[in-house]
Amino acid sequence: MTITLKETDAVVVGVGWTGSIMARELTKAGLNVVGLERGAKRMPRDNFTIPSVRDDLKYAVRQELFQDAQLETVSLRHSPSETALPIRRLGSFLPGTDLGGAGSHWNGMTWRILPSDHKLRSHLTERYGKNAIPEEMTVEDFPVSYDELEPYYDKFEKLCGVSGKAGNLRGKIIDGGNVFEGPRQNDYPNPPLTRSMAGTIMEKASRDLGYHPFPAPSSNASEVYTNFEGLTLGACEYCGHCERFGCEANAKASPNVCILPALLADPKFELRTYAQVKELVYDKAAKKVTAVRYVDTRTGEEYEQPAGLVILGAYVFNNTLLMLTAGIGEPYDYKTGKGAVGKNYCYQVSGNSVTVFFGDKEINPFMASGAHGVLIDDFNGDNFDHAGLGFFGGAWIQAGPTNGRPIATRPVPPGTPAWGREWKKATAQWYNHAFNIGASGCNYAHRENFLDLDPTYRDALGRPLIRMSYNFRDNDRKLADYIGGVLGRLAKAMNPTHMSTPSTQRGDYNVVPYQSTHNTGGTMTGTDPKTSVVNRYLQAWNADNLFVVGASVFPQNASYNPTGIVGALSYYAAEAITTKYLKSPGPLVHA
Amino acid sequence: MADETIARRNFLLGAGLAGTAVAAGLAQSETAEAQTPADAAKAAAAAAKPPAPPPQSPDARLLLNETEFAFVAAVVDTLIPVDELSPSGSDCGCAVYIDRALASAWGGGAKMYRAGPYFKGKPEQGYQLPLSPAEFVQAGIAAANAWTRKTYGKDFDRLDAGKRIEALKAMQEGKAEFENFSSRALFARLYAMTMEGFFGDPIYGGNRNMASWKMLGFPGLPATYAHLIDAYRDKRYVAPPQSIADFS
Repeated sequence: MTITLKETDAVVVGVGWTGSIMARELTKAGLNVVGLERGAKRMPRDNFTIPSVRDDLKYAVRQELFQDAQLETVSLRHSPSETALPIRRLGSFLPGTDLGGAGSHWNGMTWRILPSDHKLRSHLTERYGKNAIPEEMTVEDFPVSYDELEPYYDKFEKLCGVSGKAGNLRGKIIDGGNVFEGPRQNDYPNPPLTRSMAGTIMEKASRDLGYHPFPAPSSNASEVYTNFEGLTLGACEYCGHCERFGCEANAKASPNVCILPALLADPKFELRTYAQVKELVYDKAAKKVTAVRYVDTRTGEEYEQPAGLVILGAYVFNNTLLMLTAGIGEPYDYKTGKGAVGKNYCYQVSGNSVTVFFGDKEINPFMASGAHGVLIDDFNGDNFDHAGLGFFGGAWIQAGPTNGRPIATRPVPPGTPAWGREWKKATAQWYNHAFNIGASGCNYAHRENFLDLDPTYRDALGRPLIRMSYNFRDNDRKLADYIGGVLGRLAKAMNPTHMSTPSTQRGDYNVVPYQSTHNTGGTMTGTDPKTSVVNRYLQAWNADNLFVVGASVFPQNASYNPTGIVGALSYYAAEAITTKYLKSPGPLVHA
Repeated sequence: MADETIARRNFLLGAGLAGTAVAAGLAQSETAEAQTPADAAKAAAAAAKPPAPPPQSPDARLLLNETEFAFVAAVVDTLIPVDELSPSGSDCGCAVYIDRALASAWGGGAKMYRAGPYFKGKPEQGYQLPLSPAEFVQAGIAAANAWTRKTYGKDFDRLDAGKRIEALKAMQEGKAEFENFSSRALFARLYAMTMEGFFGDPIYGGNRNMASWKMLGFPGLPATYAHLIDAYRDKRYVAPPQSIADFS
């Protein structure tokens, strides 16, 4: 028996970064908002304290803060001709759960994408010719330009107290920042974090090669900082327990630190935890989502929450699943190229890395923040000429350990056995003398990479799993080969005692080793209702009162960690709702 | 040979539990004494201030049987041999760690999607068996011992050090042909767990005395380096390691 509740002005599905921002902006505009969070209420003062927060096995290995795959997962096949099988144990990507979502245990890399990434298809066509983009590469423009989104990037950076150094301040190029970034109106709210020893080596090597190193844009505050919500972040302790962990110092920006204390104190907001959203109630004729159905996982009771406005702020897979199961919009068909829900699912080309070993240098890898590497962006996006290369896109490249936690971080030179006496000797010898140079690559949309509903496997609520048809394609492999070459040059310029062979991306996509939780697409934004799911304000073309917020709206993955872009888009969509939609509910864009 | 194996394992078990047995015996006789009328006052005092519990055997096991535990101990001792850098894998508690991990919610299949149907799939699709980690390791140990008995005439833990290395390499490379079981997959699981036990916090039963952290120079907790990161640029930072228990 479904229990129908009293209607509310707005309901938010998932209370992570996007859900928290949307709920905060909507309650400020006077709306009563219900936030539905499948997980528990998790706040730093109860959950992220010494000593238990420094538990490598519990958090980093056993994945304490991540989605429970027993209840929800996705299936994978490499091509539409194969049978998909469920990802039974999360590995390659780790979606968060509980209040704050992945925002409570990310590393804190906070980016803007390049102006050219905002209009990728137009840009590549203009620069390389009308036929330059291969037919199967279904990349698109973001309908929102860099300049339009700039104030919202700025706002999210101020919410998080991002630490960094501007490389382009109102058009003025500044050495030591990312000289490739779009013009920013303001510098970062906090100065960069203290560089690590590995970063010092990276800085010199990349300058020697004529590249442009800069400190990571980091949501680990370098100084105590109070944001515009009146909430205060502590200063980073460089504790080396960042990604996969909550922050003991409250220095890592999270919804739990940066918004939720204000939101939870607002009587216009009601948080319901253990509320697992099952489906959207869709009135196709009226083009409205009238309610959200959810299960209280403490009682098994099912509720229907009617709402005037519905915000989808779940992860990429659940945003797409809820659209597909409700029948909102046309599911993508890879054979005809028609339909848009599930289209342009992208991931990350992250197979590139090289490890360098220095007999005479002390690295102290355990003195680390989640995002305080030294990076170069010379080989990312279209920052370099792609004529004749046979691929588009690139990668940001970084050196600087995020940790020295020894269950996973204890590099040994190539040729060392994996166990036994020799392995032990090398492990002890090199632990403090090595680090990794890594790359995080673009992943451009491909016609046969998409999401739909699995015909066989179901989740704990009885819904079909999202089925991922995905593999690395020709563009990705060539990109990784090219970046592997850059990594090799960087490593050699450091003059290490030993170095590994730079790895590339040769095999099929593998769900087992961790790569990146930067899954994107499935409910892409665009200018045409036939080829996109939401308009520039993230409003569903086929349901006026439904806004889908998150990386599921990206037309492709521009290599950069998505949180900065997701945060900016959330503020952009929230403003459209509060200044336009509420005054005149209906489509904000007439196609 | 089978009888000999059991006898030896019983001896090991007995040695491991001796401390506990003696302590439990003492506790029992104290209770009996307290029940005599003459000692009523003493009993009341004892009830007001209960004696400290007897020390637990650090090797007490939750899940694995003796044969399985002997196999695991032999594996961790081969992967992590004793030398000047650290005690052996089992002396560091790695076998106990593995037993406890397999008995934990994780070992029982927590956070794993386990619904059928089951297909073999490609390696890139990940683990596709219905078995929980505990069931997987137990089935794997049975298959591994069957294979070493066929190949060497003995269970794995009865092999000498050289043969153990040879057998483990064959499993690591997938060349050991177990019946209905992937030797490579068993090795990968045991290898990962051994490293977790050796390098994880001692609270889980492994890394006794923080042996691996001392070997590496990993300082453990509380890890606040804001005031040190500049001062120790290119200088080795040495601090006695501290674990969760040191702050609890």
